[in-house]
Amino acid sequence: MIQTFAFYLFATIVLLSGAFTIFAKNPVHSVLWLILAFFNAAGLMVLAGAEFIAMLLVIVYVGAVAVLFLFVVMMLDIDFAELRAGFARYLFFGIVLAVFLAIELVLGLEAFRAGAIKLGTATSAPVDAAVPNLEAIGALLYTKYVFLFEAAGLILLVAMIGAIVLTHRKRSGTRPQNVAKQVRRRPQDAVRNLTPEIGQGVDL
Amino acid sequence: MTEFFQTHLGAGFGWFVANLILILLIALPLMLAVAMIIYADRKIWAAIALRKGPNVVGPFGLLQSFADGLKVFLQETIIPSASNRGLFLMAPIITFTVALLAWAVIPFGPGMVLADINVGLLYVLAISSLGVYGVVISGWASNSKYPFFSAMRAAAQMISYEVSIGFILISVILWAGTSNLGGIIDAQRGTILGIFNANALNPLLFPIAVLFFISSLAETARAPFDLTEAESELVAGYQTEYSSMAFALFWLGEYANVILMCALNALLFWGGWLPPVDWAPLYYVPGIIWFFLKIGICFFMFSWVKATVPRYRYDQLMRLGWKIFLPISLFWVFLVSGYLMITRYGALS
Amino acid sequence: MSFAQTVKAYTLWEFLKAHWLTLQYFFKPKATINYPYEKNALSPRFRGEHALRRYPNGEERCIACKLCEAVCPAQAITIEAEPRDDGSRRTTRYDIDMTKCIYCGFCQEACPVDAIVEGPNFEYSTETREELIYDKGKLLENGDKWERAIAANLAADAPYR
Repeated sequence: MIQTFAFYLFATIVLLSGAFTIFAKNPVHSVLWLILAFFNAAGLMVLAGAEFIAMLLVIVYVGAVAVLFLFVVMMLDIDFAELRAGFARYLFFGIVLAVFLAIELVLGLEAFRAGAIKLGTATSAPVDAAVPNLEAIGALLYTKYVFLFEAAGLILLVAMIGAIVLTHRKRSGTRPQNVAKQVRRRPQDAVRNLTPEIGQGVDL
Repeated sequence: MTEFFQTHLGAGFGWFVANLILILLIALPLMLAVAMIIYADRKIWAAIALRKGPNVVGPFGLLQSFADGLKVFLQETIIPSASNRGLFLMAPIITFTVALLAWAVIPFGPGMVLADINVGLLYVLAISSLGVYGVVISGWASNSKYPFFSAMRAAAQMISYEVSIGFILISVILWAGTSNLGGIIDAQRGTILGIFNANALNPLLFPIAVLFFISSLAETARAPFDLTEAESELVAGYQTEYSSMAFALFWLGEYANVILMCALNALLFWGGWLPPVDWAPLYYVPGIIWFFLKIGICFFMFSWVKATVPRYRYDQLMRLGWKIFLPISLFWVFLVSGYLMITRYGALS
Repeated sequence: MSFAQTVKAYTLWEFLKAHWLTLQYFFKPKATINYPYEKNALSPRFRGEHALRRYPNGEERCIACKLCEAVCPAQAITIEAEPRDDGSRRTTRYDIDMTKCIYCGFCQEACPVDAIVEGPNFEYSTETREELIYDKGKLLENGDKWERAIAANLAADAPYR
């Protein structure tokens, strides 16, 4: 009973906050509704018994990605009048997109009602429910799919390096702090004790 | 206790009532602990500065936090007219709620845990990563310059240090072989020569215990990483526009987070509810006392650091997070997993 | 970087040293006094709340010369004077706006008869602004209240004047 209740609660909130993400006038509100949707989607994952995925969803999407979204959206200087001005121009294109989406939705629903396609037999035995999520995923990810996993990691690494290379620019003429050099500095290297003659001064 | 209620009130409703009582049993003493820990913080800080600290309200000033609380409750709630009203009021509630949420999986003693879930440590990490929203939303909703700067700082700072905290937690999970917090504590029993019950005394894990302590200072925005409320630059940071109850909620949430981080330090590296030495007579002392003692010592260290070191500059904070902590913690994941592969899983044989 | 510096950097030696120092301070006796119950000694020259003094026979000292009013840099003093019934020159009004006063002590220096003095009292905070505008009655009352302390302070400071 409580599962059903929880499912409908989470599902309703996901759908509603998804809708509000689109309809909210303020982009920051949009992002916050999106975060609520993520969070409740994580709740649905828990209900499905995928607690590890749920936690990852919260850590990665809610905890990091959405914060950066929020970060960027907060900095945006949005002129609502200008946004509305383009409405008529893009109206036709928007309607075309909407019609296509509607057709796809109807098709998808019909296909779903017609029954699933045969995708082939499952290649690995279903995991025992007593095995913790974390172990089950780890055992699969680091044995059967290890190359795919490593490849995914490599692609992400390349993407990261690419982003850094594209945005990094060498600026000349700046004098950044060199922490290591400052730490290395010792009193005996930096201080000289002199007793200069009167009127002689010191050589620097 | 759950069985007692379930036999008397039926399975579903009894479970509900029992859990509600358990939640209150954690949340209410936590609020009391927050009040006392604020007092302790002020006393320790004062003592190191050769001051007396609060000593008027109640014996030794013990009731000072309650007097402050009363004062704050009687204040008028001021909502800036240019603020985003709904979000402005929601932000402190988010901070406070999130600070309480993570306590669900903290084991206070053997079996004394509200939710004994397999991904306990990940849950704590997930919840603590939500803490940034209270700050960011309050900064934006205040529609004021300093809170906004503070929100930007908080967002960048917490994400940076969560990355290294994540790697440190992975090292601990690898060492314990489980991400259940109770399991992590059990794995620390007699971990050093069968004598000491603490991961931190393990030479391989000690450096990341230090790293985790420093990262938890940054994660809770305590000095020397309290750039989000650096009063010399940002007035009071994200709390600038807040007054009354809303301010009190920030205050409570912040300190509840500090206690949570102390509890995590105690759980992951100092043996949680295990006595420090694996010696039978020490087990007669209830585990919860050892746990609270460890939290207390850890909190003393938090205050001690606050009273000793000056605030970091923001670029230094970022440098420390990304250029020092991240590589070291990443390297330690490699080191710990490599060591375990050789010793525990026999990779060489 | 020298070997010692490397070791120091990686063992956070400077931090440990700093924390050891603050730990020692943690156990030191505290420098603060427990204010409402303990108070510091005050100099005889301490310039606190104002008072108008009287002669031992009860006659008020002030002769309404208005030197204090003239010297007051903050213009906090207002004096009005009329001949009294016995023909002597006395004030009918002597107000000090304590919210304006800067406690420079010029008034007591200027006074030829030691009438206006700044006494040793410094605990006279009020809840309203109005209470800080002192009239002659309030000042004379202060003088009566603090006469012994004021007289002792004046006597202690006399050899240096």
